[in-house]
Amino acid sequence: MKLTTKLMAFSAIVSASSASAVELEVMHWWTSGGEAAAVAKFAEAWDASGNKWIDGAIAGGGDTARPIMVSRIIGGDPPAAFQFNHGRQAEELIEAGLLLDLTDVAEAEGWADIVNPPSLLDACTVDGRIYCAPVNIHSWQWMWLSNGAYEKAGVPVPTNWAEFTETAPALQEAGITPLAMGGQSWQQNGAFGVMAVALAGEEAWLAVNRDKNADVVMGPEYARVFEAFGAARELSAGLNVQDWNQATAAVINDTAGAQIMGDWAQGEFAVAGKVAGTDYSCLPGLGDVAILSTGGDAFYFPVVDDAEITAGQKELAAMLLSPPVQVSFNSAKGSLPIRGDVDLTTVNECTQKGLDLLAAGNILPAGETLISPDTTTQLNDLMTEFWNTPSMTPAEVQEQYAAIIADAD
Amino acid sequence: MALSEAAHAGAQTEQGGPSHKPVRLFKNISAKIASLPMVFTALVVFLGGTIWTVVYSFTDSGLLPRLRWDGLDQYERLWNSRKWLVSIENLAIYGVCSLIGTLVIGFTLAALLDRKVRGEGVLRTIFLYPFALSFIVTGLVWQWILNPQLGLQSVVRGMGWESFTFDPLNNSKIVMFGLLIAGLWQGTGLIMCIMLAGLRGIDEDIWKAARVDGIGTVKTYIRVIIPMMRPVFVTSLVLIASGIVKLYDLVVAQTSGGPGISSEVPAKYVMTAMFGGQNLGQGFAASTMMLVTVVIILVPWAILEFGGKKRG
Repeated sequence: MKLTTKLMAFSAIVSASSASAVELEVMHWWTSGGEAAAVAKFAEAWDASGNKWIDGAIAGGGDTARPIMVSRIIGGDPPAAFQFNHGRQAEELIEAGLLLDLTDVAEAEGWADIVNPPSLLDACTVDGRIYCAPVNIHSWQWMWLSNGAYEKAGVPVPTNWAEFTETAPALQEAGITPLAMGGQSWQQNGAFGVMAVALAGEEAWLAVNRDKNADVVMGPEYARVFEAFGAARELSAGLNVQDWNQATAAVINDTAGAQIMGDWAQGEFAVAGKVAGTDYSCLPGLGDVAILSTGGDAFYFPVVDDAEITAGQKELAAMLLSPPVQVSFNSAKGSLPIRGDVDLTTVNECTQKGLDLLAAGNILPAGETLISPDTTTQLNDLMTEFWNTPSMTPAEVQEQYAAIIADAD
Repeated sequence: MALSEAAHAGAQTEQGGPSHKPVRLFKNISAKIASLPMVFTALVVFLGGTIWTVVYSFTDSGLLPRLRWDGLDQYERLWNSRKWLVSIENLAIYGVCSLIGTLVIGFTLAALLDRKVRGEGVLRTIFLYPFALSFIVTGLVWQWILNPQLGLQSVVRGMGWESFTFDPLNNSKIVMFGLLIAGLWQGTGLIMCIMLAGLRGIDEDIWKAARVDGIGTVKTYIRVIIPMMRPVFVTSLVLIASGIVKLYDLVVAQTSGGPGISSEVPAKYVMTAMFGGQNLGQGFAASTMMLVTVVIILVPWAILEFGGKKRG
């Protein structure tokens, strides 16, 4: 009798402790100052719920981190959760049945009603089942300008691309590099995408990226973009940095005039204590076409045998989308929340511009939901070659770009 | 015991004639059993893996391998890719320079140490030490040293030579030599040690005979010592060559293929295609081409070196 009670008490303790403390290893590539501050909010919230967040940060950006994550998943040693950009990157992992179906969590939490824009949830959906938890909206469509640099050069801060190129010589005279661009290939390809939306217009961009229409690449709208991109190449000479946040740092400390980079750059400005509007300015869509692409980050959860971990994974998925976590995370990261029903605590001028565009529905699907990683790699290679080979003409790169688009799946 | 048994068996065959021949398969049976795991590994892991890779290079495998035939499409795309052509060119430049550089510097250092200099132990440790570092660390260290803002260039400028410019990592024409410096710094120490061991193996009498004949030191090295060290050179060659083909981590750490695609190498092409681009088929095609190249170079050389007459 006594023994039975003891055993029962013991098993109760065991089950209680196992239910409350799930250790989940979460892999991501958020390592810059602003990003690390943001992911710490997730970890705090998860630890506060009595569980344990094991941080698996991988330095070097998505191109470095994704292969490591994929090889761990395929190799049978998956992390409990991992970050991807939602879209086509996880397509095959889902088809192979390696990722956890989150449809029951999504239904219980009513994700279909709260996730705004709905395209984010569509990007997580394959055959009607939901496989990822979107956590933020990121948009490439931004140019960040240093007010201090333009003050030094004695010219007003530009409000569109044409003004930017006109004022560039004044900056160069003052010893400032007009355009900060890091050496990694995705940065050059990404900046080109932003310029394509701004200078060729939404329709042409969709025809190329969604419909894979190579004729449009060879058309007059895109020709203008390639010309402008060639001109931008000259404006970035003199600043040799690799990582995007080093390029952002150049804008922060006024050694460069501007950077075309997604809204994650704003986290760096925040960490450096800069104020939007007074220290730096922002132009969505380069000031020409006020529109946001709605890409972003999402968490995927590999299938594991352990029922306890599976329960933990679902609990974590629900937590990532809960209002307080959404607010604290996105405030730190400079990204926009994926639900329209929360108010960010610290909304600065730039974030407000983004929220307004989102509310007005001026949105585009993100490039990575339209273009496969294979094609993206080819485009990255092409654009970085162009950027670093002064002898390569815009006409040459245009032709090769069209060839890649024609072959794209 | 085994010996006596064998002797006994031998005696039996002599007596009993052809009817009692021992089966060759069971000769040295324990040694054969012991080598089975290695044979298995060689067949399944090396040969099997290679065949598997070659087969799947003819498919359109994406993130995961799948047997959907794609003919020669992957190879066609490979050889139309600018990046692949640049990669091969870079590997050729790096390979030739690294092979010659490592052998010349390694042998020279070894020969100098062999002249019974003072503090040989200390110098040997210093030269060998970089080999203890991984390529990633080597790459990062040299990225900093060659960084114009905080490395070599700024030091020289700080000493008063204001116009000094040395920025190989941001110049696509000479970036491979920036990698080469790091590679040589890391790799020559080991080759030096192997060469030194070879030099120590040369009989003192050879030197005495050379001195009696009045042959100069340099000439003795070139005409007498180096030909005698042929096996040592072969070992060094294999070590250096395998290091060249697998060149990857140094590039990733030091330049990540940049500026642009000017320091891409084949191994990095394979990795990017397979994991970055989620296109296994393309990566397999590229690695198959790497294998073919190595085989084309290796087989004739191996036949020349090891085939025909037996040594020793």
